[in-house]
Amino acid sequence: MSSGPIRAELEAPLLFTSVDDVSARLAATGYLASPAVATTVFLADRLGKPLLVEGPAGVGKTELAKAVAEVADARLVRLQCYEGVDESRALYEWNHAKQLLRISAGRDETWDETRTDIFSEEFLLTRPLLTAIRGDDPKVLLIDETDKADVEVEGLLLEVLSDFQVTVPELGTITATRRPFVVLTSNASRELSEALRRRCLFLHIGFPEEELERRIVRLKVPGLDEALAGSVVRVVGAMRAMDLRKVPSVAETIDWARTLLALGADTLGETVVRDTLGVLLKHQDDVLKAAAKLDVDAV
Amino acid sequence: MTAPGVAERLTSLVGALRAHGMRIGTGETVDAAQAVAALGLADRELLREGLAATLLHGTVQRQVFDPVFDLYFPRGVGGPETEPADREDLRERLSAALAAGDVVMMGQLAAEAVDGFGGYGTSPGSEGWSSHQTLDRLRPQTLLARVRENVRARNGSSGFADRLLDDEIRRRIETFRRQVAVEARRRIAEQRDRDELARRAVATTPDRVDFLYAGKLQLAELRRTVQPLARKLATRLAARRRRASRGSIDLRRTLRGSLSTGGVPMKPVLRRRRPMRPELVLLCDVSGSVSGFSDFTMLLVQALHDQFSKVRVFAFVNRLDEVTRLLDHGAADPEGLGARIRAEATLTGWHGSSDYGVALGEFAERYGDAVGPRTTVFVLGDARTNMSDPNLTSVRQVAERARRVYWLNPEPHAQWGTGDSAAPEYAELVEMHECRNARQLGALVARLLPV
Repeated sequence: MSSGPIRAELEAPLLFTSVDDVSARLAATGYLASPAVATTVFLADRLGKPLLVEGPAGVGKTELAKAVAEVADARLVRLQCYEGVDESRALYEWNHAKQLLRISAGRDETWDETRTDIFSEEFLLTRPLLTAIRGDDPKVLLIDETDKADVEVEGLLLEVLSDFQVTVPELGTITATRRPFVVLTSNASRELSEALRRRCLFLHIGFPEEELERRIVRLKVPGLDEALAGSVVRVVGAMRAMDLRKVPSVAETIDWARTLLALGADTLGETVVRDTLGVLLKHQDDVLKAAAKLDVDAV
Repeated sequence: MTAPGVAERLTSLVGALRAHGMRIGTGETVDAAQAVAALGLADRELLREGLAATLLHGTVQRQVFDPVFDLYFPRGVGGPETEPADREDLRERLSAALAAGDVVMMGQLAAEAVDGFGGYGTSPGSEGWSSHQTLDRLRPQTLLARVRENVRARNGSSGFADRLLDDEIRRRIETFRRQVAVEARRRIAEQRDRDELARRAVATTPDRVDFLYAGKLQLAELRRTVQPLARKLATRLAARRRRASRGSIDLRRTLRGSLSTGGVPMKPVLRRRRPMRPELVLLCDVSGSVSGFSDFTMLLVQALHDQFSKVRVFAFVNRLDEVTRLLDHGAADPEGLGARIRAEATLTGWHGSSDYGVALGEFAERYGDAVGPRTTVFVLGDARTNMSDPNLTSVRQVAERARRVYWLNPEPHAQWGTGDSAAPEYAELVEMHECRNARQLGALVARLLPV
């Protein structure tokens, strides 16, 4: 059931040919994708829609954008959101200081000449959103921790993400000649607006299956013994089933595996686990609870 | 673009999801159809992920989506081809699959099990498939010891991680039970109206579960939503506080900001006001009938504690005691909260049923000084007094002294005043709100909490 290209306008060459192609090429850059991740990335490319990624910290939301950029041989443009990020940080800003210098340098010019000159490209400071839609080279736009930004910024994003154009009053409307691949990440600390969600494909990245996590550990910590990697993943899996304040994420699993490698441990034993629990768990009461469940005496 | 039957099936899937309160627009449905066209129908799991990506907007919706998807895009039709297996043989093969952790094999065995042991009724119209009956006959939970030996025999002892084996096997058995439930629902759907089944037989998202009718598992699931909900509310309160700030201009910061515009102050910066931290008092009915509700609310308010200068929590059945220390941040283990409160606080006098009149009277008398002009009081309970005096005087007394008093009632509005409920009487004195599920509670708390 093949169909013609779905995206009519703003044609960018498709990055991927199939879901398997996504998995294989992401894996080549060192990102092992679950079927859900691969399918959604494939669809985001096919339908030309932004991808909204949610999930706990440390499961590789940002890494996904970086991996896609590497696969597509594209430039990664990153907008890090924080409380109080505004138009001048996200979109563009006029370089006031430079404009003032220009005005005082050209003293005997008429005002009209000066005006057309100081509102030209030379004095425009492009910020990530504008950078991402200008130029013909392929780009991946990463809007990181979207939930940290204020609601007003979401309104700004709506315009940019649905039409891929930005209006600068002095210059006119700038429309993307090549649509970037957009990834938004969120830790769900604030509910994003329904309007923004509607424009995106939604992807929840959870903790990986045991098998996949084992492969991730083996890939990221190549020196680790295979049996030990299996045990590491099993212990972490058991901790995720416990009722902890902060359960260990993939990033912590990798840290733990690296620690064990550095310590030269070749099997998991009570002493090793007890001494290194702090790498996995970041709260003292979590450490105590996990130690009790795993039958090791915590210090 | 898509096969004719698929479009129809897709729209009825969307219809079923909408019936569960998800807001899915036509645009998303079109996207979903495009996803189907791009992915094809060959791989069911890809299709599932593709539809989830285009139709869903949040993580909690997934647990409704999966069973509904299983109904509209079933794995197969009819029973398995194999002969009905006998029970011992099936148990043997199941324990092998559990030992290997082979999910695909477990799924096939679930289909065989439902086919062999789940059917009931013989006459057309009354027959059906029951996951309960299947599991009752098969008893997968008794396989634990056998699976453990099986695993040990296969890979020997793997040292430290071995102590996790029992829990891992239990989780696999739990997976198998879920597979049986999915399979039974699929078989039923072949006989009955699929749309009807999707509406009724699929559990709704946890934030829409009624507090009063929530089972133990659902309450546990609800508790896990406390932290994210609290975080969301905290940011919302902080934003409200920020917006509420107005007043005199902060000259130093305005001039500092004007440097980027060549010394012209284009954006005035206002002086930040010191946030006034309001105080909060919670009165919670923890008698059996409403304990799920008050547990949840207590945890939520405690999780919000850094938004307030002082939070004090009182629990009552027919006597009242302060339980603030039991809710201490970090030390609280939400599972045992209700039990701990009942064990450590004096909540009952001569009998065990709730008495609002006596408890509220005791509050006004013993802890009257907890309430001042900066205090907002929340009363949580169903206002069922077991026919005793509602003691309106003390409530009026508290209401006069406090800044605001709100009453959150977990019963539907229509039941207020029926039987022994004194809700209408109390509602005349204080503002009473219906609060039946986590969604309503979240909305109410966001609206009512003082800034």
